[in-house]
Amino acid sequence: MSSNPKTLFEKVWESHLVAEPPNEPALLYIDLHLVHEVTSPQAFEGLRMTGRKLRRPDRTIATVDHNVPTTANRLIIEDAIAAKQIDTLRKNCADFGVELFDVQSPNQGIVHVIGPELGFTKPGMTIVCGDSHTSTHGAFGALAFGIGTSEVEHVMATQCLPQSKPKTFRIAVEGELPDGVTAKDVALGIIGRIGTDGATGHVIEYAGSAIRSLSMEGRMTLCNMSIEAGARAGMIAPDETTFAYLKGRKFSPQGEHWEKAVAEWRSLASDEGAKFDRELIIPAIELAPYVTWGTSPGMVVAVTDVVPDPAATANDADRRGFERALEYMNLKAGTPIEEVTIERVFIGSCTNSRIEDLRAAAKVVTGYHVHPSVHAMVVPGSQLVKAQAESEGLDAIFREAGFEWREPGCSMCLGMNPDILQPGERCASTSNRNFEGRQGRGGRTHLVSPMMAAAAAVLGHFTDVRTWEFKKEEVLA
Amino acid sequence: MQAFRTLTSGVMPLDRVNVDTDQIIPKQFLKRIERTGYGEFLFFDWRKDPAFELNNPRYKGAEILVAGKNFGCGSSREHAAWALSDYGFRCVIGSTFADIFHSNAGKNGILLVTLPEEQVQTLLDRAAKNDGYRLTVSLEENTITDGQGFSTGFSIDPFRRYCLLEGLDDIGLTLRHTGALDTYEKQHDAAFWVAPRAS
Repeated sequence: MSSNPKTLFEKVWESHLVAEPPNEPALLYIDLHLVHEVTSPQAFEGLRMTGRKLRRPDRTIATVDHNVPTTANRLIIEDAIAAKQIDTLRKNCADFGVELFDVQSPNQGIVHVIGPELGFTKPGMTIVCGDSHTSTHGAFGALAFGIGTSEVEHVMATQCLPQSKPKTFRIAVEGELPDGVTAKDVALGIIGRIGTDGATGHVIEYAGSAIRSLSMEGRMTLCNMSIEAGARAGMIAPDETTFAYLKGRKFSPQGEHWEKAVAEWRSLASDEGAKFDRELIIPAIELAPYVTWGTSPGMVVAVTDVVPDPAATANDADRRGFERALEYMNLKAGTPIEEVTIERVFIGSCTNSRIEDLRAAAKVVTGYHVHPSVHAMVVPGSQLVKAQAESEGLDAIFREAGFEWREPGCSMCLGMNPDILQPGERCASTSNRNFEGRQGRGGRTHLVSPMMAAAAAVLGHFTDVRTWEFKKEEVLA
Repeated sequence: MQAFRTLTSGVMPLDRVNVDTDQIIPKQFLKRIERTGYGEFLFFDWRKDPAFELNNPRYKGAEILVAGKNFGCGSSREHAAWALSDYGFRCVIGSTFADIFHSNAGKNGILLVTLPEEQVQTLLDRAAKNDGYRLTVSLEENTITDGQGFSTGFSIDPFRRYCLLEGLDDIGLTLRHTGALDTYEKQHDAAFWVAPRAS
């Protein structure tokens, strides 16, 4: 055992300290800055107004994802304000020398999908983006967190951020995940236990045998949702699964550098005996496929449960929030979740739009058809995911089942592009937030895993995917 | 950035928990490329309800907002802080705040005061029941008083306090460390295993 055992977080934090001025936050160096159209224009403008340069264009990459239409003819954006925002990013990237993965690029996609798949994201890095789901990249053992636009400008100008050191929170999920229980369910199960402010001020390290058995796609889903528990970031120690994912990626180290990089990355795992500020152990066997019933990701129950009763809340403020959520969602306490019917299904977002997500959903819908009263769509996370899925024939499975097969983007996760819910519409969504109006004003969002969303699309109501009758399983085995 | 020293103002109570930034400013207003003009869109959807607090004339001109726990959760959009500030709010009092919102508020001169839940409830109740209810928030003294017997101290990160009191530009502060940054960066650039692009 090391004489001074450290956590994964502490190792990454300490290796990025530029300065530790007394009585001030530490100055943290940022290895990678991801930029998109929505939270960057005011930051670039700030640089211009102060005459500052972008310090490290080579550590900055940009893509368009939030506003872009996901229809085939998406080069023309009818929303003039959205079009202007995207053109502004193009001009800013050209002016400041930033590589942009634009709509026509074969590498375009949701910023948190393309960073890892192109190999920009690496273990031990510090990564920021003007987007709260930057926590996704922690799946690789990077310290990755969302920032506001003032901080975006700060990183552009200095490649640093003043940061107060967060606390650490180890969440271990031990044992084997039951069939039908995915990384999304692990995330929802954790948030259901600790609440949406349960990890505020902390960096979570996910550990335990159930986490180690997750694929990189699953780990990204889990770390992505860390912010929904209030966490500053989520991290998972890099291991063989991580290295296998990264090997051969476009911007991964090559040749002799590869082995040396892996040796460095291997040393990042938390040391035996390292101390965390908080710890929680969850037996994997206690987790189930989950469905959110309310307007906050913490309002979640197992699919076999009923919509809970406000009387069970801890205090008056929570009870009022609970009642308000039931009213907005037009649900009554005691209703079995499996009886809740839906009109829309959205499979996509930085949480669940990667190849493994699409494979899992396709496996459920194979041999079935979308329910006549449901409008369902699949939005791949990136052009590379889309191409991979098409090479595997997943697009054909979805299309034949009655799903729309779209172009990559954030889409209906937040409805900044034309993909939105109509007032009163109820959606089974693989995204990350069920806030009021998130997917469209008056829309009602239920967060679920890709398998659960696919099954709901077929039946028109929620169902326990653990009892699903898979057809033609050999097709995707 | 406008400095925050002492503020005496009317108070708008928002007795809701987990107010997310999607509610503070919905997505459709995030397409703008400006930093100003978001105030008219503050709580855009909730404002459609005539009974919503922002529509109540008695809270008109209030520069202090009191809200339930976990205010500002969700999306990192700084537009939420811009909208609050542009509307005229300069201080939010609550029992907890989400991390990214906390940072964004500070960068826009908005003071966030964290108080125990019971005290927040007291302020919510008093603001809702007493016409013309006012609070004085002093960052110089770290105190909140209402002239009706409510008086409390509050704690705040000393550096955050200093920046708010002085209205300091963060980037300027970081640039004091340019020497250390240059030295660090020169050495750090050799660490190819954490470089974005393969060397």
